[in-house]
Amino acid sequence: MKTLLVAEFREGRLRAEYSQLIAFARQQQAESVMFIVGSPDNLPHFAGKLYLADVSKYGEYNPSVHKQLLLDVVAREQPAQIVFMHSSYGWDLAPRLAVALKAAQISEVIAVDTNGLPVIPVCNAKLRRSIQATTAQTIITIQAGAFSLEEEPEGEPAVVAVDTDASGRVQCTGYEAAKIEGVDLAKADIIVSAGRGVGKPENVAMVQALAKVLGGEFGASRPVVDAGWLEHNRQVGTTGSTVAPKLYIACGISGAIQHLAGMKKSDFIVAINTDKDAPIGEVANVLVVADVKQFLPVLTEKLSAG
Amino acid sequence: MKILICIKQVPDMESKFKINAEGTWYDRADLAWRMNEYDEYAVEQAIRVKEQVKDADLTVLCIGPDQVTETIKKALAMGCDRGVHIADADSYKREPIEIAAMIAGFAQDKNFDIIFTGMQSQDRGSAQVGVMVAELLGIPAVTTIVDFLYDNGAIQVKRELEGGSKAVVTTATPVLLTCQLGLNTPRYPTLPNIMKAKKKELLTVEANTGGIGRMQETAACYFPEKKGGGLVLEGDVAELADKLIQILKEKTSVLA
Ligand SMILES: Cc1cc2nc3c(=O)[nH]c(=O)nc-3n(C[C@H](O)[C@H](O)[C@H](O)COP(=O)(O)OP(=O)(O)OC[C@H]3O[C@@H](n4cnc5c(N)ncnc54)[C@H](O)[C@@H]3O)c2cc1C
Ligand SMILES: Nc1ncnc2c1ncn2[C@@H]1O[C@H](COP(=O)(O)O)[C@@H](O)[C@H]1O
Repeated sequence: MKTLLVAEFREGRLRAEYSQLIAFARQQQAESVMFIVGSPDNLPHFAGKLYLADVSKYGEYNPSVHKQLLLDVVAREQPAQIVFMHSSYGWDLAPRLAVALKAAQISEVIAVDTNGLPVIPVCNAKLRRSIQATTAQTIITIQAGAFSLEEEPEGEPAVVAVDTDASGRVQCTGYEAAKIEGVDLAKADIIVSAGRGVGKPENVAMVQALAKVLGGEFGASRPVVDAGWLEHNRQVGTTGSTVAPKLYIACGISGAIQHLAGMKKSDFIVAINTDKDAPIGEVANVLVVADVKQFLPVLTEKLSAG
Repeated sequence: MKILICIKQVPDMESKFKINAEGTWYDRADLAWRMNEYDEYAVEQAIRVKEQVKDADLTVLCIGPDQVTETIKKALAMGCDRGVHIADADSYKREPIEIAAMIAGFAQDKNFDIIFTGMQSQDRGSAQVGVMVAELLGIPAVTTIVDFLYDNGAIQVKRELEGGSKAVVTTATPVLLTCQLGLNTPRYPTLPNIMKAKKKELLTVEANTGGIGRMQETAACYFPEKKGGGLVLEGDVAELADKLIQILKEKTSVLA
């Protein structure tokens, strides 16, 4: 099955996730070619044909231009599969291609099932679906971290230049760095995180109190940060910090994929949740089925009593 | 200025899900329903644009069975001007492209200046519908916005990227924008506004995908395998705390 892998270049750098695209293709034993709007000075390690459009000419985020460049490559290669990361680049570009090619798009693939079908999470990762595409071409976006190579990718690509005179109607004028100063969660040995399940801003103090007796840091899931209960430098997940402490305690956190991506490598994970089926249970070593408001004060009290 | 906001009604994610008889989706019985979280940000942003420019008309659209009118009414109570219900009892079986085709079919001749959608739905989570609507209409789309500025037809948004950095993107109307969590703080409908919303127009139209056929099938829908190893503790809070402390002493080095 011929596969076109779409690598990414952002903020002046090649994104290392391209190796996960290679891992996905390898798992399917697919013959693959790669495409990138990137820089000739910073190419992926890939033993195959690489279609290269120069980023200095076409820009890093320029959807309709990137779409046109890709369509030209698709016309030349006629791939059965086109694979992107399920990333801000991939989920933006993939549906544009799906519409143009009248191809099925399968988003956020996390595995391939025993029948060889892509598996995707639904309902905030509580359920899974296996999908059968019925079109000749399929567009796939894969979840970051779901497929990986055991070794660093190797090889020198055979570069083929691609060009277009298409133009776009949106313009990326610059980047704003994440605000993470103040605390480096990645350095903490113990992190106790607050999720939406803590209920209200006042209850965040319970999470902070537990973190304090344990001599650790406190963190948060995204809704807690979005609501302004804690600063963004406390957010754990794909759009916050990635952490791997000795102990991670998730308080009232459901365990969405984007949160798990930031903490699942922790040595020991405890979850406190009223919902026994919460997806956080999949990574937790211990799931305490309890109301955080009742459980946290008791736990903190007992710990401080020694 | 004319604005369209696309919203979806989804189950509360804390519901106890069951698989339907066909084994293709969740069973719709006995669930609590609400507005897709991402779409609440879309509704709020549209209302804020109207508050800014004064002269704006906000149409909120939802595809689904009759029960979705409840969610449309919430958007009207938040401040949208008119509701459109595309009646489709089987919308849960639709692919993103079919949903997008219905929305584009409705929007086609209406010259919306801005279309807001959520970046993804919480149940299906494809993150496809918004971009597909824009592609079908031939207008630009910017996804995953966490910041929005409007000035006389010119638009500046910030797109959220991995790791929390943002790209500043400028564009102009007409445009479709997909809204990410944290874009704003969605308001709660007030009682007077809930009463006012009852008098607002709520049009029901028939579903029409304009001949777009099926491209994929759900082979199976199921619960994830329990990885095992994980201990589930239930019972009295004080006992749970003692048990957990014991486990932490045995299994980790942090309480040493
Ligand atoms: C592109 C993208 C990037 C994202 N990046 C991130 C990220 O970096 N970090 C992140 O966290 N999220 C991120 N998200 C959001 C993510 O998808 C989830 O929406 C979010 O993680 C949910 O946070 P939560 O678990 O706190 O809230 P919810 O999902 O609402 O879960 C609350 C949980 O609390 C439990 N609960 C309720 N009451 C109680 C109680 N009294 N006691 C105990 N438990 C209780 C509930 O059972 C539930 O499991 C991102 C989403 C997208 C689309
Ligand atoms: N049934 C629907 N009715 C109206 N809008 C929808 C519907 N389904 C999806 N959308 C819109 O498309 C966005 C992305 O959905 P999805 O592609 O399913 O992740 C949602 O946030 C909504 O704004």
